[in-house]
Amino acid sequence: MYVAVKGGETAINNAHKLLADRRRGDRDIDALSLAQIKEQLALAVDRVMAEGSLYDRDLAALSIKQSRGDMIEAIFLLRAYRTTLPRFGYSQPINTGEMKIERRISATYKDLPGGQMLGPTFDYTHRLLDPDLAQDEATDEPVTRKPDVGRTQRVSEILANEGLIEDDGKNGHGAEEPGDITRTPTEFPMSRDERLQSLSRGDEGFLLSLAYSTQRGYARSHPFVGEIRIGEVDVEIEVPELGVSVLIGRVQVTECQMVNQFQGSAKVPPQFTRGYGLVFGQLERKAMAMSLCDRALRARELGEDIVAPAQDEEFVIAHSDNVQATGFVEHLKLPHYVDFQAELGIVRQMRREYAETNDAVSSMIKEAAE
Amino acid sequence: MNIQADYNFAYLDEQTKRMIRRAILKAIAIPGYQVPFSSREMPMPYGWGTGGVQVTASIIGPDDVLKVIDQGADDTTNAVSIRAFFAKVARVKTTTHTSEATIIQTRHRIPEEQLRDGQILVYQVPIPEPLRFLEPRETETRKMHALEEYGLMHVKLYEDIATHGHIATTYAYPVKVEGRYVMDPSPTPKFDNPKMHMSEALQLFGAGREKRIYAIPPYTNVVSLDFDDHPFEVQKFDKPCAICAAEGVYLDEVILDDQGSRMFVCSDTDNCESRQAAGHRGELSGMEAAQ
Repeated sequence: MYVAVKGGETAINNAHKLLADRRRGDRDIDALSLAQIKEQLALAVDRVMAEGSLYDRDLAALSIKQSRGDMIEAIFLLRAYRTTLPRFGYSQPINTGEMKIERRISATYKDLPGGQMLGPTFDYTHRLLDPDLAQDEATDEPVTRKPDVGRTQRVSEILANEGLIEDDGKNGHGAEEPGDITRTPTEFPMSRDERLQSLSRGDEGFLLSLAYSTQRGYARSHPFVGEIRIGEVDVEIEVPELGVSVLIGRVQVTECQMVNQFQGSAKVPPQFTRGYGLVFGQLERKAMAMSLCDRALRARELGEDIVAPAQDEEFVIAHSDNVQATGFVEHLKLPHYVDFQAELGIVRQMRREYAETNDAVSSMIKEAAE
Repeated sequence: MNIQADYNFAYLDEQTKRMIRRAILKAIAIPGYQVPFSSREMPMPYGWGTGGVQVTASIIGPDDVLKVIDQGADDTTNAVSIRAFFAKVARVKTTTHTSEATIIQTRHRIPEEQLRDGQILVYQVPIPEPLRFLEPRETETRKMHALEEYGLMHVKLYEDIATHGHIATTYAYPVKVEGRYVMDPSPTPKFDNPKMHMSEALQLFGAGREKRIYAIPPYTNVVSLDFDDHPFEVQKFDKPCAICAAEGVYLDEVILDDQGSRMFVCSDTDNCESRQAAGHRGELSGMEAAQ
């Protein structure tokens, strides 16, 4: 029976209605509020902001709700919104040295100026399910102290004072303006600023696995966590009419400086090198993975042999964006019957030819035997 | 919370459209050359036509009439979705008739009806680089294009002949544009390749995820790669369309029952319907009405 494939429009509309119904779920249960998502699923919100490349907790919460908790779908929603926003300019570089710190740890020094501050971390929790959380049990107020004022020295500065670590590095373009991967098409090899931008919005899982591979011997870089710091930094823009920088707000970021061994080369004495990670929100795992990947991707610059996937810029950067990746993998769901028809034709033809050749050969063998 | 929900005409902001139009102009000036452009995220996923949608969004005006096809058909879900998108964000007139459209966005087919001067065909392109499956690195393939080093592609086609006795590429069949750039025609069946040659219409190709735009200006030489002793051939079908009896058109195979019986019908739904309206009948044309 031939059923014409018609009615795509009705089918789509009905699918969307059903989706909205499933999103809402049981109407007897209260709908999630954006405030609840923002407050109680804050790390999900952070991930969506980081990979969506847009610092807006309300919109990130909305996209998580709209996507039914599908993180990549939420990231995609936010990106598709972000891309329509006009660009007014670039901020001044944020100064993480002046960060209002909530968490700051170093694995290279037992104690250091500014101290080790654990902050809100899962690190030393026992991963035992807590039945109390099934209800809305009262939560104790946290213990706090007055925040330190002023700047907290970076671990990299301690090493730099002794000349043991490489410099911060220069802007890859040599210009005042940073590269911008959302405004210029990707070209390989990339400059480091563009590469860091790509890593910062790259998929957490993908970068985590690549970072892990470097620890397991695929481009091993002997890393130490020089410092991880999480907190709020000022965002300032320069207003040309005024000739001064103006504070336009604060964002929470996670910064990771990985310190890596380096044997030195003909031009450079042995010293520590850096891998750098910086992401929106509290995303320590991502910042650490990013800094390991950044260091691995500097292989060419540092004259190291490129032997592993994590060092391969085209491989890593071209496949790190989950919005691109999910789109292209999932597009296989779209109809392909025109191309498949072409393939059907050629497979049939090749099978026919195969059978003809086999027949010819077997009759030749038969003749030879007779 | 104040959430802004206004979008510009045809979704993209004017600066972005200008940037894309500059890329298009460059692409037209260098036929077959892949121009990098800073592709934007679109509200549909990568791989679902974001390149084509960005090109269409950048060239469409309020007076345009848009047709969108996928697999040759106007009523496949993705074609419906993209047409609805432009009807919403650009409020343009849409059509399913090839002749009425000023812009036709397509995935995987070129309409059977000959396109005319003034029309624009916008292709959705998944992998713009014809050499990609021979050389995965962009740095290498760009060099190969720059040096016009296409030996690898000819070796691939030759190996097909050595193995199978004929070239085994049936869609996304590579072409050479105006004697210079080897170009991927997007995954259209090779049946459609001859339609690109000396076309009266402007042909624009958009690859969103891969951030490339390329073009074939009207009246441009487009030659499918082949060898003197193995000339390029298009697919041939044994029977005409079962519904409108069209010959020399691309057909889809439709399975009729679980016994393996099948019929072949026009892939281009508009062409098929126009022929039926003109009174053409195929051997199974009564079936649909009978069900």
